Amino acid sequence: MTLTGRRAAPIEGRARGGKTAGTPGRALLVLVAGLLAGCSGTPEPAVPLAPPHMRVVTTQQYLNTLSYVFGTSINLGIAFPPPPRTEGLLASGAALSGVTASQIELFQRAANSIANQVVSPENRAFLIPCTPASSSRADHECAKTFLSQTSRLLQRRPLSDAELSGYVAQAGATADQLGDFYKGIAVVLESLLVSPEVLFIIETSEPDPNDPERLRLDAYSLASRLSFFLWNAAPDDMLLKVAESGELHNKRKLARVVDTMLASPRLEVGVRAFFDDMFAFDIFDSLSKDATVYPYFTGAVVADAREQTLLTVVDHLVRKELDYRDLFTTRSTFMSAALAPIYQLPAEVGWTAHEFPTDSPRQGLLTHVSFLASHSHPGRSSPTLRGKALRELLLCQIVPPPPPDVDFSALNNPDAHYPTQRERVAAHLQNPSCAGCHRITDPIGLALENFDGAGRFRDSEGGSPIDTSGDLDGKEFTDSVGLAQSLRDNPGLPRCLVQRVYSYASGSAMKPTDRVLLEYLTAQFSQDGYKLPELMRTVVLSNAFSAVAESPGIDEPLEPGVPVRQQIVLNGQPHQP
Amino acid sequence: MKKANRRAVLRGMLNGTAVTVALPLLNCFLNDNGTALASGAPIPVRFGTWGWGLGMNSEIFVPNKIGADFDLPEEISALSSVRKHINLITNTTAFRDSYQNLCHYSGWVIARTGAAPKDRRDIRGETIDVTISNRIGGSTRFRSLTATATADVRSTYSYVDRNTPNAPEWSPLQFYTRLFGPEYPDPNATSFTPDPLVMARKSALSGVLEQRQSLMRRVGSEDRARLDQYFTGLRHLEQQFQQRLEKPEPIAACRLPGEVTADPAMGQDQDAVSDRHRMMTDLMVMALACDQTRVFNMGYTAGFASTIKPGYEKPHHTATHEEPVDGELGYQPMSSWFTRHAMADWAYFVDAFTKVKEGDGTLLDNVFIYATTDHGYARTHSLDGIPVFTAGRAGGRARTGLHIDAKATSPTRVGYTALRLMGLDLPSWGADSNNTSSPISEIVV
Repeated sequence: MTLTGRRAAPIEGRARGGKTAGTPGRALLVLVAGLLAGCSGTPEPAVPLAPPHMRVVTTQQYLNTLSYVFGTSINLGIAFPPPPRTEGLLASGAALSGVTASQIELFQRAANSIANQVVSPENRAFLIPCTPASSSRADHECAKTFLSQTSRLLQRRPLSDAELSGYVAQAGATADQLGDFYKGIAVVLESLLVSPEVLFIIETSEPDPNDPERLRLDAYSLASRLSFFLWNAAPDDMLLKVAESGELHNKRKLARVVDTMLASPRLEVGVRAFFDDMFAFDIFDSLSKDATVYPYFTGAVVADAREQTLLTVVDHLVRKELDYRDLFTTRSTFMSAALAPIYQLPAEVGWTAHEFPTDSPRQGLLTHVSFLASHSHPGRSSPTLRGKALRELLLCQIVPPPPPDVDFSALNNPDAHYPTQRERVAAHLQNPSCAGCHRITDPIGLALENFDGAGRFRDSEGGSPIDTSGDLDGKEFTDSVGLAQSLRDNPGLPRCLVQRVYSYASGSAMKPTDRVLLEYLTAQFSQDGYKLPELMRTVVLSNAFSAVAESPGIDEPLEPGVPVRQQIVLNGQPHQP
Repeated sequence: MKKANRRAVLRGMLNGTAVTVALPLLNCFLNDNGTALASGAPIPVRFGTWGWGLGMNSEIFVPNKIGADFDLPEEISALSSVRKHINLITNTTAFRDSYQNLCHYSGWVIARTGAAPKDRRDIRGETIDVTISNRIGGSTRFRSLTATATADVRSTYSYVDRNTPNAPEWSPLQFYTRLFGPEYPDPNATSFTPDPLVMARKSALSGVLEQRQSLMRRVGSEDRARLDQYFTGLRHLEQQFQQRLEKPEPIAACRLPGEVTADPAMGQDQDAVSDRHRMMTDLMVMALACDQTRVFNMGYTAGFASTIKPGYEKPHHTATHEEPVDGELGYQPMSSWFTRHAMADWAYFVDAFTKVKEGDGTLLDNVFIYATTDHGYARTHSLDGIPVFTAGRAGGRARTGLHIDAKATSPTRVGYTALRLMGLDLPSWGADSNNTSSPISEIVV
């Protein structure tokens, strides 16, 4: 075996703004700030703890992890279906969802493709850290080197000697049987990539030595929770080393690790993933418009509309570390050639920074094409859908579904002529069972009526001037700019973000019993100037993030009747493999 | 001399290096007349579902005549070519019991699970296709196949449990690749080369299965159920590998479909939905003919169907609520336009099964399809007057060509009939008011 030493070094911490987070000055500042906050601030309230979670990995988490382990040239080529959205987040659904036989098959196809790419002649020299003595037979040492490094990163923990020996033996037997060392590696790598500890994030608890009555996540589970939250990927070598050293539960060490992670460029990946989930951007995977009504709303627009908002979010919250609330009033964004026609701007090549003029009705995320188009009908705008989305996605409120026994007589007059959406949705208010909900959605959405169902500006509808007045929780405004400011000042806006961030980070939706924790975290967020990285830091350093309750039923004996390898039935006949 | 057995022959050939088997030389691979599987096993009976959204307009949908040779009112006139192959059961009532009428949800959930849901995330137990798949789906390459014409991976009528939907195939290109791509075990290939690499992959997968016990000890009871679901899927994957090591039985009805090289348009306009539906149907039908699965689901449109007619501003769902009833016609013309297209595509779906000759008849003779919708009259979200279709003769166990008045009984009676026809000898099916032990006797032979 010859060691070739190709594996990429772990990504170094790099402070936003060009400073090195790992420098003593920065680390000390953060540490001191953390300790001061802990001394002077309100103590974290105790809340009933949730048990450890078991979550299915998402396509992006799988891909991000592979990118770290094998580099970005590995192409997944397959998207795993999303879990059901639960309490506003796909991430919360991932903690409940099972995997079907079809999904396992999908995982296996992806695994096979990845394994073949890794051992391919063009990649093996870079991705396998050693060269076998002969490529036509087993080389246990080289296989062991590759598999110990790779499995540790994929399974997010070191393998036991017995586990590693099993994998090496399997690779060796396959290599000798097929006369190909690399086929042996590929076969074992494929099985690793579909193994439950790769496809599921399985958290494990241990007694807290500081309080043996309580449980906490073990170090590897804590490392995974941190990494999937902050980077949307499995822990890297650095984080696993800290977990292996036993120091991750040391508060000071944990604070330093978190600071390094927050300063890493990978934070942008994590923040993008969070907002893609919170803003329900999975809707873009199937969004389309009536091409006869909106001919300029192309597939490229769909992709770029999503990207525009995510670029804006990352720039505002991570790179510039600005106030979260100002995302809804900012005039700064990014523009692409595909989006330019909808924004009625001259097209430029690639993504360019763009500032809407001060007199523009475009202000903040609500006036992005992503929000306007995804909460509209295929052929027209929808004040109701837009208002509902604002309340549910950004304020974490629940707008009840329409009642089943609606009397549609108000809409049933063939002679009715509604010059604009305002008059059309006003018909809802004639029915008391509809009016309750439409009063809390439509006045919001009507302020965005200057933008059609594809998000393009208009000042009239069917020749009639558009009235964009409205209100949000009693605050009246006359247009989209007023709505943006009203939303920006709404206390529910940062509170909702905190609720979603905590749910996303911890892996399950906040419950009513978490209310005091929500209030505490929201107060901290306010104190920190509504800066997202600070909120993330507060969350991951909270006791609630790493303390857990016992899993219900964990002490129950395993059902004895399920054999490890069931009898296989082929063509209706029992088959003994 | 001991008579040659094809499985023994192949296993012997695989014992060592791979060899290519020239199949025409081995007569034991074929049966005498090509009308059954080579093993002599009877042609399997398959089960499938079809789902469309937003019900119908009873005045122009419900036939006047009960029984055979029923009339075809204008909204279902497209069914003339398949009338003899289907049953139309009208006037079913989905009982919501003490729960709310969850618009565009309660109706189909009751029809497919037997129980009224308490909220929009609720699915009690599993959907009927999963129950049947657990019974008959274990021996084929795929336990079941689920596809949608909506182009939306979230749009499905099939659930393993409330948190685990069976995500549908939404891209014809991906569906083709999954079915007939490089890993397709062509039962009629003239040669067969057992691949020792597949055996090695299967062996490695078996090692993963052995992690079950240790993992189960680490998690609570709810997560154990999820892990069990995962390991069940993994065992099926292991079985897929095993199947690839054996030459499948030749199947006369099986023909490799034309290659799909690109997806059609992914919009929501009616033509795009119909195009995707046709492509998915053709692939699904051939997957069944080639015995790749025995359980299947096709979602045509969702309850909140967003299908559009280009240039008309209201998608189908919105139209059912906002479009005025035409005073002269007595119904909502645009809403009916969408429903008529759904019926035309349902006819295409059924007819596609008749194009495949199987035994002395067609594939449709050996299939039973259960087609459901969410409402009777979508405009008012009614849970009564809901129509249900069936198609196919379930291997001679079912009659077809009938219009049946369910007399306000639950659609679960049709589901229960399907379960019985597929060999599940259950005393009853469904919960509370939707529980039934009374199949649709007119259908059962």
